Amino acid sequence: MRFFAWLRSVAAKFFRHSQTANDMDEELRLHIQLRADDLEREGLGRVEAERRARIEFGGYERYKEESHEALGGNFVETLVQDVRFSLRLLHKSPGFAITAVLTLALAIGANAVVFGVLDALVLRPLNVPDAQNLYAIQPTIQHNDWSSHSYPDYLDLRDRNRSFDGIVAYEMAPAGLYAGDRASPIWLYETSGNYFDELKIQPYLGRFFHSADEHGPNSAPYIVLSYDYWRSHFLGDPSVVGRALELNKFPYTVLGVAPPQFRGTELFFAPDLWAPLVNKEQIEGYSGLTSRGERGLWLAGHLTPGVTPAEAAADLNLVASYLAKTYPKDDDGIRFSLARPGLIGNMLGGPVRAFAGGLMALAGLIMLAACANLGSLFAARTADRSREVALRLALGSTRKRILRQLLTEAALVSLIGGVLGMLAAVLLLHWLSAWQPVPDMPINVPVNPNASTYIAALVMAVASGFLFGIVPARQIMKADPYLVIKSGPVGAAGTRRFTLRDVLLTGQIAVCAMLVTASLVAVRGMVRSLHSNFGFDPQNTMQVNTDLDMARYSGDQVQAMQRRIQDAVAAIPGVTAAGYADGIPLNLGWRDSTVFADSTTDYRPSNGAADSMEYRISPGYFKAAATTLIAGRAFTWHDDKNAPRVAVVNEEFARKVFGSVDKAIGGYFKIWGGTRVQVVGVAEDGKYKTLAEDPQPAMFVSILQFPSSSTWLLVRSRRDPQQLATELERVLRGLDAGLPFTINTWHKKLDTALFVPRAATMALGILGVMGAMLAVTGIFGMAAYSVSKRMREMGIRIALGAQRREVLQAALGRAVRLLAFGSAAGLLLGLLASRVLAFIVYQATPRDPLVLAGVVLAMSLLGLLATWIPAQRALSVDPLILLRDE
Amino acid sequence: MTDQAQLLPGTLDLLILRAVSLGPLHGYGVLLRIGQISGNALLIEQGALYPGLFRLVRQGLLKASWGTSENNRRAKFYELTAAGRNRLREETDNWNRLATAIGCALAAQPEET
Repeated sequence: MRFFAWLRSVAAKFFRHSQTANDMDEELRLHIQLRADDLEREGLGRVEAERRARIEFGGYERYKEESHEALGGNFVETLVQDVRFSLRLLHKSPGFAITAVLTLALAIGANAVVFGVLDALVLRPLNVPDAQNLYAIQPTIQHNDWSSHSYPDYLDLRDRNRSFDGIVAYEMAPAGLYAGDRASPIWLYETSGNYFDELKIQPYLGRFFHSADEHGPNSAPYIVLSYDYWRSHFLGDPSVVGRALELNKFPYTVLGVAPPQFRGTELFFAPDLWAPLVNKEQIEGYSGLTSRGERGLWLAGHLTPGVTPAEAAADLNLVASYLAKTYPKDDDGIRFSLARPGLIGNMLGGPVRAFAGGLMALAGLIMLAACANLGSLFAARTADRSREVALRLALGSTRKRILRQLLTEAALVSLIGGVLGMLAAVLLLHWLSAWQPVPDMPINVPVNPNASTYIAALVMAVASGFLFGIVPARQIMKADPYLVIKSGPVGAAGTRRFTLRDVLLTGQIAVCAMLVTASLVAVRGMVRSLHSNFGFDPQNTMQVNTDLDMARYSGDQVQAMQRRIQDAVAAIPGVTAAGYADGIPLNLGWRDSTVFADSTTDYRPSNGAADSMEYRISPGYFKAAATTLIAGRAFTWHDDKNAPRVAVVNEEFARKVFGSVDKAIGGYFKIWGGTRVQVVGVAEDGKYKTLAEDPQPAMFVSILQFPSSSTWLLVRSRRDPQQLATELERVLRGLDAGLPFTINTWHKKLDTALFVPRAATMALGILGVMGAMLAVTGIFGMAAYSVSKRMREMGIRIALGAQRREVLQAALGRAVRLLAFGSAAGLLLGLLASRVLAFIVYQATPRDPLVLAGVVLAMSLLGLLATWIPAQRALSVDPLILLRDE
Repeated sequence: MTDQAQLLPGTLDLLILRAVSLGPLHGYGVLLRIGQISGNALLIEQGALYPGLFRLVRQGLLKASWGTSENNRRAKFYELTAAGRNRLREETDNWNRLATAIGCALAAQPEET
């Protein structure tokens, strides 16, 4: 309705406008009529009288215009006039209009997407009440600030701090939810009892659990469903509240449903349901709630009103000193700091913020390049229109009026471009939000655009329009109508010295070359890291994830079942190797422990010999993973709980703890408060957490000696993955029909580890391509313009016998020189910027001849592409036609 | 023609107000009336009258209404509003003060300084 009202008012304005214009015409004409009548009465002929009357009246159009202005309130009318005139002009030069609009759409689209991501991940607070005051608590242990908390530490922090209203603890875990007889794997938050109360979340249905529901381990068998899970799995049935469901075959009561907007306290991870942390043992199979060294909890809380973050940090560190003094074995040197919640403390927070910020800076550069590009386009266009402008000035138009029209034209282009760019950005952001980069996990990037994204895009459109619209202003201000009309279009005189256009173009090319360099560095680093040695071979291998705990196996049953599964799978025709482990390198999540030299007796973390990755593996694992043993032996089924504890370590571990591979074999080290372990083998180094990591120590222990119920079974085969998956499913169902499991190819699981570098490479690649496109349009605009300006000169040159080479040099020499200069500058900048990239992309070294050659080649090709058409035009000049022209 | 004086900036509005104060007039009539009361001593570019008229209407010093001219054509007639009348009085006083001061200044003899 409001839209129609607005439309009506605009229409009325148009109507009234033509009414006043008609009245004004009538009034002015009457004046001239009456004057002519008087002159006729004085004895002049009618025709001569009318002529004299018109002369005496003066500039009819000018006075009419001034009268309009005097009447006031004609801002809208002038605007409408300008818009109509601008549209007509743009329609007349579609090439220019399309180039300009597309350039802007690209730039604004890219900026809107990046801003949307930045806004969602960095700027926007978590979607909980009073989010401004919510802080995550980040522990730092032995300079490692990626750590999480243990439950006993949480209880001490909760009870001893004086600066938080309350502190909640949570961790993410998988579990099996039984609906009917089949278990479906789900992801949940295990939270402290005060979670919902402290975060001030109100239930959508039913109620939440509270601190009062906790009475020791496994005392609170309650779950709260997320809104999405309730809608998708219970079809929004309200009667589910109060129902008993089986979580890992333990009965749990559904207390309620969380509100739709509440996705938990992490941005990337939307859980299916929430359950009390005190029931961790039932959910994960082990509890670790009593062990101070068992870290895995994330803490957050609202500051007490009036307490500053600095005061809170100081207060928390009083607790830290107490913990370090009282429990030196686990908490030696512990410190706490406050972090923004939502990105699991500093672990993701730092990289995500750095990356989003860097991306925003690059997108800003794209915007600048686009503005420079459009600025020079508009300047060139204004120069072409110098005759028209001169004519309008001569006919009495004011410079202000002409400038205003130019700015309107710029604003029009930027608005159209902005709307197009925004539409593309919204589509892309929605797609990004729906994207699930990790199989089997509720991880996504919630970057749905909101009002601030739209506002940012609008502001960018208007600002950029003003930026490049203002470029030709100087040309208008100093235009002298007399000179311009006398000498025709500005000739060679203007092209000799360095103009603003040249500077803009060089700057733009530099920025574009920099983007191209950065993206090539990133892509090359990515390709290299994909071909580096992982320490395993994911080819032709499947991962079967089972958690026997979810199916309520316990004690010795677990190992027996695990071995039965391995044996059954190994017997499938075509399977060449099978073996399982409690974790797979480069899968999401890992376990690491401090290891001690054999001589150590004081097991505080600062006395450790190394911090090592830890994998519990079955016999057959190395063969299934295709990890090469360098020395010693792998595990056998005899390395069980009755045999001495043994380990296989990697080369880095052997070097760091024992000095060399030879010394490691047969050597002893200690783990977990003094368990002695003998090294029986050494395996090759590999990648464990991320592709970008430096070589780090890793140890493999026998899962028969250190059991785990949640395992990944690696199945190496010669068969088609699809077929094998069906076969695997049949075999597993045959062993236990109620067993929850997931089957994936190893490659698919690797996508997770590669997600960050891939996303980074993709983003940089896209920006690089956009940079290249902008370079092409910029050079093309410049070259085409300089050729068209000098057509006549070319004609004369050709008529006087100039060779093709000379003609080309005259026509394009300048564009090529600018291109070379700008590219060199951009290459240098890009190389400097690549140092920053090295933090995200593995092996992103700019000192790579291939990258350098690639950039030079790319820029030359772009230059060739962009100057091709103008060059053809210059060469095809027919001197006769051209000289006859004008 | 040549002995006509160029108009000082800002004085056109005053002349229009004065002309209209003697009775409602259309645009051309205002021009004629100014010529008549100034003894044709002032050079006015005819078209410049209209932006002035519209400005005064917008300021609420004049009001306009459509009527019929002497040759039976539709014409817009201007007349003074109460605000216009006040403004004319103020401006006239201002002008007189200014004119007297300038007159005195220019008439001053060397020995009087």
